[in-house]
Parts: sequence; C-alpha cells; structure tokens
Amino acid sequence: MDDQTVLKTTPLHALHLSLGARMVPFAGYDMPVQYPAGVLKEHLHTRTAAGLFDVSHMGQVVIRAKSGTYEDAALALEALVPVDILGLKPGRQRYGFFTDDNGGILDDLMITNRGDHLFVVVNASCKDQDVAHMKAHLTGCDIELLEDRALLALQGPRAQEVLAALWPDVVDMKFMDVRDALLHDAPCIVSRSGYSGEDGFEISVPADQAEQIARALLEDLHCQPIGLGARDSLRLEAGLCLYGNDIDTTTSPVEAALEWAIQKARRAGGERAGGFPGAARILDELANGTSRRRVGLKPEGKAPVRSHAKLYADAEGRTELGEVTSGTFGPSAEGPVAMGYVPARFAEPGCQVFAEVRGKYLALTVSALPFITPTYKR
Amino acid sequence: MLKFTAEHEWLKLEDGVATVGITAHAAEQLGDLVFVELPEVGSQLSKDGNAATVESVKAASDVYCPLDGEVTEVNQAIVDDPSIVNSDPQGKGWFFKLKLKNTADADALLDEAAYQDLIA
Repeated sequence: MDDQTVLKTTPLHALHLSLGARMVPFAGYDMPVQYPAGVLKEHLHTRTAAGLFDVSHMGQVVIRAKSGTYEDAALALEALVPVDILGLKPGRQRYGFFTDDNGGILDDLMITNRGDHLFVVVNASCKDQDVAHMKAHLTGCDIELLEDRALLALQGPRAQEVLAALWPDVVDMKFMDVRDALLHDAPCIVSRSGYSGEDGFEISVPADQAEQIARALLEDLHCQPIGLGARDSLRLEAGLCLYGNDIDTTTSPVEAALEWAIQKARRAGGERAGGFPGAARILDELANGTSRRRVGLKPEGKAPVRSHAKLYADAEGRTELGEVTSGTFGPSAEGPVAMGYVPARFAEPGCQVFAEVRGKYLALTVSALPFITPTYKR
Repeated sequence: MLKFTAEHEWLKLEDGVATVGITAHAAEQLGDLVFVELPEVGSQLSKDGNAATVESVKAASDVYCPLDGEVTEVNQAIVDDPSIVNSDPQGKGWFFKLKLKNTADADALLDEAAYQDLIA
C-alpha cells in the first residue's frame, strides 16, 4: 500500500486509542497490533481467561436467494465452495473456502445457515474481491456486504462467563452454533466459534453500539483487549491457516490439509459431487493425494523460524523441499512453532527437515497440528 | 562513561572495553523478547555490522555493533531468559563486552542527553 492511501477505521477505533493500543496498517485498516500488556501476555491471557478482539475489518455478507428460500441460496453458493451448504442445519456454521478453476484457494470463510438466508464472514483483504465474485456468479441471489456492523471475537476459557453477564442464554450454545441475541438491547448475531483454538464467540453487532458492547464486556476484569499480534500466534498454535500466508491461489485444499472441510456430499460418489471451481483437480487429489502437504513444524532449538524460510532435506541446504508459511514463538507451546509445505514423503509426524535461518540450517520436526489442545465446547 | 547510538544501543566504557546492550526505549518498542542470539567470544566485529539478533513473538530484529572491536564476553543469562532484557535493559540485560580497536572512536557516539533528544 502506498503512503497516500487513507486507512479505514473500524467502529472500535476510538476505543483502541483510549486503551493505549499500538496501531498498524492491516488490510487497509488502522488496527491494534497490541495493547500495553504486549503480545506475549495478551496471548497467555486469552488461553487462561478471556480476550476481546476487534475483527470488524472482516467482511460480513448476507446471501439471500431471490426466491426467498435457504435451499436456493445454499445451492448457489455450493457452485463456488466445495462444502455441503445445503446440509447445514439452521443456526449452524461451517468453515469453507472459495476455490478457483485451477483448484487454488481464493479465500477462506465461515458460512452460517440463518434460516432463510446465508450469512458468511470473509477475510478483510479479500472482501471486495469475494463480493464481486459472488455477485458475478450467484445471479439468483442478492449479495449484501454489511457496512453497518462491527465484529467482535471473544475467546478463551472464561469467554462464556464474560458473555453470560450480558446474555445468560449463551450457556446453551455449542461449538459452531449461531444465535440471535440482544446485548444491551442491540440486535446481535452470536456464533460459538473463533480463530484462537479456544472456546469462544464471534459477535456481529450494530456499528453504532459496538463500543458500548465492547466496553461492557471489558468491564469483567477477566476480559482483556487483544491485538492482531496475539491473534496471529494464537491461530498458529491452533494450526489454523492465515489466508495469504498458509493458503492462497497456489495451494489447493488437499495440499493445505483442509480436506476435512469437504463433506461427503461434495466428494466423488456424494449426492452433489463436484460442481465447484477446480473440482477435477480437487476430487483427484482427494482420491490420490498430493505431491506436497501443509504440515506443522516444531523447531528443535529456541530460535523462531518465520515465514518464507526455505526448508531442506539436509543440514547443508542441498535439497530444497519447500517453505515455511507461518512461524513464530508460541507462548503456550513454550517454544517456536511453524507451518509450511513439504513433499508428501516428508509429511509424516516425526520426519526431520532443516530451515535456513540467518545462514544456518536449523533442525525442525514435522509435527501433528494443532500445537495446543483446543477447548471447543462440542 | 555512558554512550548511545542512533540504533538504540548503549555502551558503558571502562578501560577500552565497552559493555553493550539495547536501550530501555528499544526494549519497550520490541516488546517481550523470546529469543536472543549473541556473537561468539573472540569474534571480530565491525562498526554497523550485525552483532546479535533479538526476537519478540512478532518479529526478529538485528542488533548492530556500535564500534570496531573484539568480543571478550557475552551474557549467557539473557540467552537462557530473554525477559531479563525487558526487565533490566541497561543493567542485567547487557549483551556483550567489546574490546575496542580504537578507544577514541567512542567519542563520536551520542551522550545521554543527545540520545534522549533523539527519542523524544
């Protein structure tokens, strides 16, 4: 982005400044990377209590079939996303991705059945492109990017208790449930999901009441504001992909080890097999595997191995295998953690590979993901 | 004598040997450190060359050598526990000791007042 670009702000911008956040440009928005507590403490606080994240930069989109039925909206979106959306029950959510004709990933998203329409949340950096993509292909649907909503993520083992002070019914929700709720009389959409590996919620709130609701949640001292820095280390420990780092148009869902998100109905032999962009490649890879896979990587030493570090089969840098796509120090893992792509023969947990860091070749062990034990309330 | 650099290092000079670390301002900007890599004792470093690496959760940063010299001692304690750099950057959180090639080179560095002006 050039310096001339004016950064957009979220409805919580003034709150971030008043809390002493350090702001950085992210996906065209001026966003908090950390608060005075710092990334390390914010990360650990989220894993032990509750963290509040502003994710209002993400795109919240309503997809409504012109016929007015959920079924027509679901079938329309299934033409762009290799996920069983028709089979999603009302008030339930699923993870998915838009694929392109080559079987690459255009963006990943969360998809909710809202009874008579779909509600999806897409990445900030892709939202304009995603909306244009849906408008071009879902001609039987009205696509509306909600500009008057903020999105809060409340994550951590105490998230339920923090939210229950505003809305006691939250205790009845399970992982990936989505409900309407009134928080301080504001109509909100609450989903029991998130991107930290912890139990928690994402709460879509009216923009003009976002700060009031955020402040009400922060009144509980177990709930602290958390910036994008800790959001990144939390999702990486949880083995979750960051679009643009770990997945993009050059990676297929099977290469990215995301085949769990492609339900039986969309696979070969399923009721609605294929019928999404890149289906030929993706169905072939589901049956026959891929030459490379996304894996967890645990550096054996203490040095973090960061994105774009080259991976080798040997400690001399002779046989290149691939690249690290995300890497940091994991505060809860108490050591460095990373993800990257390696050839299939190196993709088994326990395999050893080497990464080039500042001219040295550091040993890493291919590891099962996630690096922490998720606490989702199933 | 205490000196500073525009790259946010401090040097405490005694008998031609400089104890080198990063300033409180630098430590605050970097955030909680999780990894420190120090030069080897005996290595010859040049002014503005890479001397050490520090990493926070977020990013890796280089620490530059403020003057020409030879590393005579390193602070293993900050390798074992990088948080010492955050808690006591200008004391227990020192990085390495450098035997200066030319002691007079230090005269050109910033004094404390000039450094405080720089970060103000």
